[in-house]
Amino acid sequence: MTTSIHLPPHRLTEAARRLRDDVRSFLDGELEAGTFVPRCDAWMSVADPAFSRRLGARGWIGMTLPSAYGGHDRSPLERFVVTEELLAAGAPVAAHWIADRQMAPSILRHGSPSQRERYLPAIARGECYFAIGMSEPDAGSDLASVRTRARQVEGGWEITGTKVWTTGAHFAHAIVVLARTDGSPADRHAGLSQFIVDLPAPGVEIRPIRTIDGEHHFNEVIFEAAVVAEDSLLGERGAGWRQVTAELAHERSGPERYMSTVPLLRAWAEHVRQQGDASAERELGGLTARAWTLRQMSLSVAAALAEGRPPEIAAALVKDLGSRFEADVVETVRRLAGIEPRKHGSGLEGLLAEAILHSPAFTLRGGSNEILRSVVARGLGVR
Amino acid sequence: MNDDLRAEIRAAVTAILDRQGEERTGRAWKELSEGGFHLVGVPEAAGGSGGGLGELAVVVDVAAFHAVPVPVAETAFLAGWLLARAGLSVPAGMTVASLDEARGHRQDGVLRLSGRLRVPWARHADHVVTMARCAEENLVAVIPGDAGAELVTAENLAGEPRDLLILDGVTAAASAAAPPGLDTTALLTRGALARSVQLAAAARAVLASARHYVTEREQFGRPLARFQAVQQHLAALAAQVTAMQVSAEAAVAAVEHEDADAGVAVAAAKATTSAGARRVAAIGHQLHGALGYSSEHHLGAVTTRLWAWREEFGNESHWHDHLAAALHDRAWWPLLTGDAG
Repeated sequence: MTTSIHLPPHRLTEAARRLRDDVRSFLDGELEAGTFVPRCDAWMSVADPAFSRRLGARGWIGMTLPSAYGGHDRSPLERFVVTEELLAAGAPVAAHWIADRQMAPSILRHGSPSQRERYLPAIARGECYFAIGMSEPDAGSDLASVRTRARQVEGGWEITGTKVWTTGAHFAHAIVVLARTDGSPADRHAGLSQFIVDLPAPGVEIRPIRTIDGEHHFNEVIFEAAVVAEDSLLGERGAGWRQVTAELAHERSGPERYMSTVPLLRAWAEHVRQQGDASAERELGGLTARAWTLRQMSLSVAAALAEGRPPEIAAALVKDLGSRFEADVVETVRRLAGIEPRKHGSGLEGLLAEAILHSPAFTLRGGSNEILRSVVARGLGVR
Repeated sequence: MNDDLRAEIRAAVTAILDRQGEERTGRAWKELSEGGFHLVGVPEAAGGSGGGLGELAVVVDVAAFHAVPVPVAETAFLAGWLLARAGLSVPAGMTVASLDEARGHRQDGVLRLSGRLRVPWARHADHVVTMARCAEENLVAVIPGDAGAELVTAENLAGEPRDLLILDGVTAAASAAAPPGLDTTALLTRGALARSVQLAAAARAVLASARHYVTEREQFGRPLARFQAVQQHLAALAAQVTAMQVSAEAAVAAVEHEDADAGVAVAAAKATTSAGARRVAAIGHQLHGALGYSSEHHLGAVTTRLWAWREEFGNESHWHDHLAAALHDRAWWPLLTGDAG
């Protein structure tokens, strides 16, 4: 229905603005100390556990978790502010990103008391990292067709199957696996369950999947009759699909869905200011207007999520626009900056190289844009 | 509180404007002005109907959504605002605003105005309010419709009046000093905000119509909505429309709350809504097929407005340049978040 994509604007509170100042001065300090250089797509690909621990110590991971679980009782909008500052800086946050974004809310919501005790405080400290095993060799966008099976055995569950494109499994402390516990693939969404598997584990093999830039961010994770404890089931048996869908709302709604190339855009804005080229300035103005609007949309989606209005359709639509913006930033800088991209280069040349090599992923990850558009079409009542 | 008031205004204005054909265009202005909706957002002390910018935006939004040819943006958003800012009262009847500044001179205690002024809706107006420069003074002045100005009529792409008034020593009926900061640039920004709201509303109307059409219309034995290509078009349209809507609403909120960076918000909103107009109109027409190209169909009333309004009060190139200029002394990210940095 059209009403479900109405996104009222959200205005950040004074407290959120003060928090922004704190995060900015922290990041300025880190940059001055040379602990990181801004990178494109750093939320996905630049992991620095020491940096994550420093964020944890400041209370900027697990922000919305209750203090009983090591969290900080902050609002989702305050978390939004921290998130967008880290993304704008291109900070090395990939180690804890998935744990903080998806697994903390999911474990809080669906986890048993012992799972919460075990994982949440460690996530909030920036010490416990998660991978998510969803895609499979024969199940990419069509997640409901997963073939990985979990069979109840003496004292636990036995998991068999292969997950692919699993981000960060090579450094994660645990992986959440979507597996079929009941029925057959024909049952689609019914009969799926989620498991938390600590890593490394016997019977679980992790192999790198190298991307076209030669880098290792993704993995193939093979479960060969891996036996996990009874209490590794997350949430309800058979409710895996519902749980995953709720997680995807967190995965798709964040500002990383339009900000992956913002570090490149910021560097180029500085370059344009120094060059004073009028035609480049106009295009910079155009990208700025688009970024401004996407930021307002992203903020509205975060507010909707915070108020318990499921933003599934709005999030899909923002990701569709946002991921195209990310790619247009790359294309504009490439056309106008008068430089050549250099792999592992410094400054604009390096940022441009990285952004170009990552660009095919923008419109694929977190649900391909075609799938997202069909989510929107369904929301409009025409599918 | 505001939400309830806005919902009431939306319902009342919709009841007046949600009609078909001749009856609507003939009576809309009369009924809107009888209800005081043409001056929402203008303080009662200045002869307006009261309410804030958010309420005014609702009236302008509904009128644009229904593509009704009434100058609510021109009367309340522009003329009423100019008059109230200068401490003048809105005269009875239809008062619209000049987009240009007149030259004034005083003669025997009377202010006389000259110049070529672009005045949307001038042919229908009882009064025109204009900014005027008189020696060192910046003024806001009122010209009666029958004061003897030459009227040159013209229309925009949607057939809306975009007239020219040629003044040669016309006597002002009232005038007052313009407060600091009230100049043609401020007027342009104000107009850009109004058009952003209108563009977003028109875009929403395209989406509503397309959604209805593709579920009703059958080809090859099934509704158009069953075709994946059609679904993808519709989703892309919805994304564009939502972006336009969010940017316009956020800009209204920024101006309403007098944010320090409200100027950036308006620039970004007018750029977003103007740039989005093309895709919205194109997808809208593609989905409606030949039927939507006929003047019999409502779609053209909306898409021609999209094409007209995107140019008025600065198109996207104008506002892109404006944002780029703002970046000369602001870093990029603090400009986006509205902080000093």
